[in-house]
Amino acid sequence: MIIFSPSPHIHTRRTAAGAMMHVIIALLPAAFAAAWFFGLPAIGVMLVSVTACVAFEYLIARFVLGRRRAERPSLIAAALTGLLLTLNVPAGLPWWTVLVGALFAIGVAKMAFGGLGCNIFNPAIAARVFLLISFPALMTVWPVPGSGFEAVADGLTGATPLEALKKFGAADDFSMFCTPGEMFMGSIGGSLGEVSALALLIGFVYLLAVRVISWHIPVAIIATVAALDLLVGARVVPNLLGGGLLLGAIFMATDYVTSPMTRRGMLIYGVLIGVVTVVIRQWGAYPEGMSFAILLGNGLTPLINRWCRPVRFGKLQKEDAV
Amino acid sequence: MKSSLRNMVLSLGCVSIAVAGLLAAVNSLTADRIALNASMAETEAVATVMPRFANNPMADTLTVDGCRIYPGRVDGRLTGAAVLVTTNEGFSGPLTIMVGFDAEGGLTDYSILESTETPGLGDKAAEWFRDPEGRHSVIGSRDELTVTKDGGNIDGITAATITSRAFLGAVNRARAAFLKFSKQDNTAS
Amino acid sequence: MKPLSIIVNGIIRQNPTFVLILGMCPTLGTTSSALTGMSMGLATLFVLICSNTVISALKSVVPDAVRIPVFIVVIATFVTVLQMVMQAWLPGLYAALGIFIPLIVVNCILLGRAESFASKNGVLASALDGVGIGLGFTAALTIIGSVRELLGAGAVFGLRVYPDSYAPLVFVLAPGAFIALGFIIAAFNRLTNKA
Repeated sequence: MIIFSPSPHIHTRRTAAGAMMHVIIALLPAAFAAAWFFGLPAIGVMLVSVTACVAFEYLIARFVLGRRRAERPSLIAAALTGLLLTLNVPAGLPWWTVLVGALFAIGVAKMAFGGLGCNIFNPAIAARVFLLISFPALMTVWPVPGSGFEAVADGLTGATPLEALKKFGAADDFSMFCTPGEMFMGSIGGSLGEVSALALLIGFVYLLAVRVISWHIPVAIIATVAALDLLVGARVVPNLLGGGLLLGAIFMATDYVTSPMTRRGMLIYGVLIGVVTVVIRQWGAYPEGMSFAILLGNGLTPLINRWCRPVRFGKLQKEDAV
Repeated sequence: MKSSLRNMVLSLGCVSIAVAGLLAAVNSLTADRIALNASMAETEAVATVMPRFANNPMADTLTVDGCRIYPGRVDGRLTGAAVLVTTNEGFSGPLTIMVGFDAEGGLTDYSILESTETPGLGDKAAEWFRDPEGRHSVIGSRDELTVTKDGGNIDGITAATITSRAFLGAVNRARAAFLKFSKQDNTAS
Repeated sequence: MKPLSIIVNGIIRQNPTFVLILGMCPTLGTTSSALTGMSMGLATLFVLICSNTVISALKSVVPDAVRIPVFIVVIATFVTVLQMVMQAWLPGLYAALGIFIPLIVVNCILLGRAESFASKNGVLASALDGVGIGLGFTAALTIIGSVRELLGAGAVFGLRVYPDSYAPLVFVLAPGAFIALGFIIAAFNRLTNKA
């Protein structure tokens, strides 16, 4: 992973591999929450996905691209992709589906574009959307959360808060479905990593503290969604806590490779993702639009980068010149 | 050849005349068959979905509430009808269905004539709603139909709820149109 | 050029889909199954042979300034003939291919071959070029259709290979067309560059 920024550059001991290790650490609370609420199936899905992503990365680098060895940072990146992928799928997903998703993430979304740092789309999000379109039935079966590392015994399934929102609209029935407290802690239906807002926020604070990401993208996305929901009269709190909004805003949209480089670009990118998410959630066929919004944002990143090119050192900005 | 005006008009004109002749010839060869194919598709759909009839349902069709009704009769008595209904509630475009009813309004069969639903998902509707397994089948039903997801009595197609809703909505409209028609028909005769 | 080499040229060296990257609209739009892909290829093959032959025969009597309109008229005629014949005798296939049959008119392979080959070569060579390019197009569409049907529906030409509940549906939908096409072009280039 290469971090671009205008010079002057500072030499430090921070490396791409190190930054990715921080992201993995920041995801641990969410992974823990997933294991807590969905039990063994969740742990199984996580293990299969991480192992498969690292294995595919190694095999493709060695035998398809013919490189002498797979670089350590790309293997760590593959592990991160694997972890993010499982956090974006339901707990009961069959292992072969996870394998197909991992192959798509690494083989198609990443290695086909040239490997680490060359991909246009976030591999984990690309794979999630691929799975959602390819196996819509499997990808929308949401196990009811249990607790204490145990899944609900008889394999009960239910709706996610966003599916319930789509059904009830702004009607009062939604309050019966789940409370903001449940949504904050995470005892709701949904993808493994998106259920617990608390765990995701702990990760966010950690990432800010170690300065791996800046606040711009996540805050721009969340603020846009909140403002637009107020504007169109949707329920703000469930829309912020439910679905993949926090997971996407904090961990997926901030991927260095696929997001804009400058602060101004990051804000534009964040607002764009927020708008698309709300439009899909309110008027689209799908209850959740976060992953589609991030993919669109990824696709527009080169354009945003062109538009927000920083002023060269020593050159006066237009406003100053006037 | 030189691109003079005379040459250009002449060559384009000749080519156009030759081509028009060819097209006219092919058209006269195929026109009847094409018309026959179109009417056959309609007749076939009417015949497959309808209960017994002895008249020619194509002859006395009429339109009720936007649905086209092909009444079937035996000895002048109404035995049922095929109802052609189109809905725009589908996932990606119009969905046109021929639905058959017996005289009491029980659904006898259906046939999807036009559909742009997603291959592998929504386009399963052609078989799904007559499959006796589970609670898919609409055959023989007499009441308003809704998918179980909306608290109804019919299992929608897995992962294609929008198509299922559109389909059942269209069937309900067809039934309403048929009942209205049969009532009028009874009072008239 | 020898007759055989003209045909081989159309299938491999100047394959319209994999090398010239022409006619992408029907390529992406009709390859959701092997059968529709192959049918589209054969339909284009028919129009291509007819239009190449006629255009080559007309080349000395058509003034330069109006040659494009004449080409278009000839191509549109054969497409319309094809459309009427299919509607009359193959209504099922016509319904499956839908709008893509009339759209053969604007397929740039046809005008491209008319302009770059048929208007410069003899009638026989042009007809053979039509055969070669048409077969190349048919082969390409059949391959793409087979791959997409195999991955997206678990079958090839309707013959089940594995249960369709394991098949990633995306490959029979529009996004899968782009992904499959990209990988097949890469594989084709890899194979032909080595040889």
